[in-house]
Amino acid sequence: MTMLHPPRIIKTGASKFVSAPLSAKFGIAVITLYVLTALLAPHLAPYGEAEIVGTQFEPWSARFWLGTDNLGRDMFTRLVFGARNTIGIALMTTIFAFSIGASAGLTAATFGGWTDQILSRLIDVLMSIPQLIFALLLLSIFGTSIPTLIIVIAVLDSTSVFRLTRAVGVNAAASDYVEVARLRGEGPIWIMTREILPNIAPTLIAEFGLRFCFVFLLISGLSFLGLGIQPPTADWGSMVRDTATLIVYGDVTPLLPAGAIALLAVGINMVVDWFLHSASGLKD
Amino acid sequence: MTSIAKIIGQRVALGALTLWIVSLIIFAGVQLLPGDVATELLGQSATPEAVAALRKSLGLDMPVYLRYLDWLGSILRGNFGTALASGRDIAELIRPRLFNTLVLAVSAAVISVPLALLGGIVAAVYRNTFIDRAINVVTLASISFPEFFVAYILILILAVHVAVFPSLSDVDSSTSFLGRLTAIALPALTLAVVVLAHMMRMTRTSIVNLLGNQYIETARLKGLPEWRVLVRHALPNALAPIATVVVLNLAYLITGVVVVEVVFVYPGLGQLIVDSVQKRDVPVVQACSLIFASTYVLLNLMADVLSIIMNPRLMHPK
Repeated sequence: MTMLHPPRIIKTGASKFVSAPLSAKFGIAVITLYVLTALLAPHLAPYGEAEIVGTQFEPWSARFWLGTDNLGRDMFTRLVFGARNTIGIALMTTIFAFSIGASAGLTAATFGGWTDQILSRLIDVLMSIPQLIFALLLLSIFGTSIPTLIIVIAVLDSTSVFRLTRAVGVNAAASDYVEVARLRGEGPIWIMTREILPNIAPTLIAEFGLRFCFVFLLISGLSFLGLGIQPPTADWGSMVRDTATLIVYGDVTPLLPAGAIALLAVGINMVVDWFLHSASGLKD
Repeated sequence: MTSIAKIIGQRVALGALTLWIVSLIIFAGVQLLPGDVATELLGQSATPEAVAALRKSLGLDMPVYLRYLDWLGSILRGNFGTALASGRDIAELIRPRLFNTLVLAVSAAVISVPLALLGGIVAAVYRNTFIDRAINVVTLASISFPEFFVAYILILILAVHVAVFPSLSDVDSSTSFLGRLTAIALPALTLAVVVLAHMMRMTRTSIVNLLGNQYIETARLKGLPEWRVLVRHALPNALAPIATVVVLNLAYLITGVVVVEVVFVYPGLGQLIVDSVQKRDVPVVQACSLIFASTYVLLNLMADVLSIIMNPRLMHPK
């Protein structure tokens, strides 16, 4: 393994950033902004996350920058904490989905044969039910709490990760270096983690961005329906639901959390596009 | 012709198998409940008599396979049982709502499909121009925006600022046809926007791929006008992928409908399933998911069959 010196990583990273198209720079800026907001939430927010500080639906003012919500909580504070909760939960779910999906996919690709057949058919069946409907069915059975939500969505989403990992993994497993490793007598774990995984990593990283977007939108959708992240936790999907009545009076407040969701999704998509473009070696 | 019939037969059989497995999964969902379904549904404080009564009404005192056969049998006869929350017959509850949801989905399709085909063809012909780039931006927006964001933007513009359509789609059986049309205008438009971009993009891609073919070059060199090259030479070969994309997007409408119905308080199946999940009314959720899932499976099957039928190469086997 070659160890890159930290300054070199920064230097190559910086030069890549400079040569990136405008859309990718925009995406990176958006993601950085969101991550910083999520990390610094308690320092940025003027009030407490679930603190009731005014009367309900107060207009925008110097005291409440974006007004208050249906219970008199400060909208700006809730938006800032929402970054932490919504992104945090979506990120955990995606990481969990990837651990299940990628390990199952690698197993199927490495062993092939019956293992592959059984896993693949199982996934086919799970994917034949629309994800949102499946999630609703499972949530009605297991109830709506954050751990249940994370597990249900992660399991459902791991199906797409499995398909991709298996597809690119099978290609890698057929190559000569894997054959050499097998003949050398390496175990399946070694072959999976040291031979196949490093070679399919770029595809998986790009997929991670896309899956995160998808999970993030799905969880926001469920929260909007009142079935995802439950109050008093500040979360963008449920904030849209709580303030939705304002829209008929021409007040744009409900669009703020909804827009926050949309903007992050746009940013990630732009970065993933750029990443896929540069990883595939296409030059235009 | 026999080979194509055989392929379609195989797909249909596979679809039937999938449907059966879907019914198994949806049935098994309830059996997976930790502990006893009846206690879980009634809560810890329920009296033993109430639990026993619910166990009996759910048929929990029978073995699992008998319960499954019984359940499947009644569903095939159109009997979905009774709702736990209201005690009403589920089939009665679902029927008007299923109709409403179908009206909404069909309207969304009627708006989006012709627009998507037209837009896709225009983008393919004028590729790498301003129109093409605009369509790219719209696609990015439509995959990144949550449905409720699109819905509220449309409400803000078309119901609040311009006030042409109502922001709530309240319909019942007495609503006139015209009243229905105005009521579902915004939800249908929202759904159309959500699926439009993807369909347009796929249409563009399949046509651009075809336009690079040599027989298109030949047609142009023969001196045929551009529209004829497009309509008579490119389109027939593009039909199969386009049909697949259209049907797959209709399948996507099925899930999109859930959020949109809640935004507009439209009395459809999507709202019913969300309400029932909140009340943990498992039989209703089971019935709704079964309908959603079977429609999804059937649409996917249709996409498969269409792409086989419309593929000229498969129609004339060597």
